[in-house]
Amino acid sequence: MTQTAIAAEHLVKSYGSIKAVDGLSLNIRKGEVYSLLGPNGAGKTTTIEILEGLRRPDEGNVSILSMDPWKNAVELRRKVGVMPQGFNFIAKITPKEAIRHYCTLFGVPDNSKELLELVDLTDMARVSFEHLSGGQKQKLGLCLAMANSPEIIFLDEPTTGLDPQARRNMWDVIKRLKSEGKTLLLTTHYLEEAERLADRVGIVDHGRMLAEGTPDDIIGEHGNGLYLRISGTAELASRIRSATGLECSSKDGLVDIKIDANENIVNVLRVVESVHSKLSVLELKREGLEDVFVKMVGRMEGNE
Amino acid sequence: MKPSHILSDLVIYFKNFARSREGVFFTFIFPVILIAVFGSIFSHGTGGSVPLYVQNLNGTTGVTQEFLAGLNQTHLVKVHMIPADVNVQNYITRNSVTAALVIPSTFTDAVRANTTTTLPFYYNPTQSSSQFAAQAINLVVEHFNAQLSGTHSIISVSQNTNSVVATSYIDYLVPGLIGFTILTSPMFSTTYIVSSYKKEKIFRQFSLTPLTKSEWLFSRFTGSFIIALLSAGEMIATGVILFDARVILTPLVLPFILLGVVLFVSLGTIAGALAKTEEGASVIGNIITFPMMFLSGTFFPVSAMPSWLQGIAHLLPLYYIIDGLNSVMIYTNGAEAVLDIAVSATLALLFFVIALAVFSWKEE
Repeated sequence: MTQTAIAAEHLVKSYGSIKAVDGLSLNIRKGEVYSLLGPNGAGKTTTIEILEGLRRPDEGNVSILSMDPWKNAVELRRKVGVMPQGFNFIAKITPKEAIRHYCTLFGVPDNSKELLELVDLTDMARVSFEHLSGGQKQKLGLCLAMANSPEIIFLDEPTTGLDPQARRNMWDVIKRLKSEGKTLLLTTHYLEEAERLADRVGIVDHGRMLAEGTPDDIIGEHGNGLYLRISGTAELASRIRSATGLECSSKDGLVDIKIDANENIVNVLRVVESVHSKLSVLELKREGLEDVFVKMVGRMEGNE
Repeated sequence: MKPSHILSDLVIYFKNFARSREGVFFTFIFPVILIAVFGSIFSHGTGGSVPLYVQNLNGTTGVTQEFLAGLNQTHLVKVHMIPADVNVQNYITRNSVTAALVIPSTFTDAVRANTTTTLPFYYNPTQSSSQFAAQAINLVVEHFNAQLSGTHSIISVSQNTNSVVATSYIDYLVPGLIGFTILTSPMFSTTYIVSSYKKEKIFRQFSLTPLTKSEWLFSRFTGSFIIALLSAGEMIATGVILFDARVILTPLVLPFILLGVVLFVSLGTIAGALAKTEEGASVIGNIITFPMMFLSGTFFPVSAMPSWLQGIAHLLPLYYIIDGLNSVMIYTNGAEAVLDIAVSATLALLFFVIALAVFSWKEE
């Protein structure tokens, strides 16, 4: 039987007149990697901070390992690790010193060596925090989140602001944690990140859960399935629509036709042949998470 | 409160402090520069001497010459002569003289015969400079008396109603600058740390660990107390070695340093917690710090200030710390010190309670 690690029911949190989180619910199993995916300002950070016990929801219930993170904050600190968005630390303290400090605070043996090796930061163990690169700072944030060997790790935008190489490094570290059986909740506005790392994804916007499930589930439920893409004009598109009755759209010299069965493809090609249209593109495509995301949220990162 | 948490936080604090050049400079080097500058100006130069008008009714004798030379050698006063044929009180009024001394016609004879004589001293009690004059006269008179008799006073000074003992400026400067470092180092560093940790979300980071707010504050008190002790030792050593300051080394300075640290770390926490931005925190910190920095007896004895400024000084918390340090390090005035401790302890407790109430790690 799978056990629930994180459960949230109908969370609401407002800042003045702005509803940051608006009736959001989620359920995460132990050992699962779950990603909250949404554009900037969607309410991801507020949600994760409520789950971490840093903010108190206006409405709704939260249960982390069967405890209330607001009331049982002290107890939960020993079982939960948090890597906040844009992790920051005292300027002139080195990664090794920071991890040792955390180990003393949590009352666990010094595990700085293992943690620095795990995130590949051993070379920087004695460099002041202020002189670390963005990716190295984030890695230290991850080390501190793991200093107490937590059961659950919250990662709020772990790769935002990192260059592609540093991002890939961080993904490798997260995959390593996943293989160790940790429960991970990560927020991101990078689709690729959610698709690569998460067992399940929750698409969030305006503080609401728009879709939830494995990437395949979401695509299956909210995607348009298969479509045929051919080169052609809007005129061709309307001919195909009237001849076959299929859903059809045209844009930038391409026509997309929604396909339900193989015979649809034959019928479309007959129409193309009948008007002597010259084909330079012929593709059978399946809608990806990106298509679904753009359709649902209406915007991608950086559009705000 | 777990000692291991506090110790670990202290280690982090001292490492961060020792690696910050500005912090080390302003805590350990800047006050020494101040003591050297102010000490040089006022201890050896003539710039700090106040005018003392002397009417010599005794004429030029070896004894009067020696007495006048003694006054000049204190460097506290510069002697100006009043003609022997004028009425001294009219002269004082006409010329707005703040301090005047009359050497009576019997002075030389009395000194030679070891009989008593009294020197009338006229001074304006509202003018602080007259106290420097009184100190200078006291010094010379005591020197004469010690040489002449050793047992009873030959020379006395009439109307000398103040009780200022013979101290030099540097003696005031040492406790004053200890007070200065007790104020500035904890205030500025705590205000900065609290406002920047808040902005950079380092407190939020701490709030995710078992470290508590009280442990963190206790660690700040301990750290600032250790630093204040070190700089107090440094001030005393500099004053004694460079300027021959005469201060009493007594464990009674410890309660003042401790209370001062609790007071100003709490005030700095309040300033940092209330401000919305780092810039705002430094403005609030400066508004609190600057009046105290100059008006609490740091660089000049409060008794040397005009009376309306003295009134303001009595409203400043640092005044009681420095007054207490003066009481135990210069005057051995126990009763005064107890009063200063009581006031400082009350203020420290008050600001500590306020700091606990307004300082939060969570941003709710």
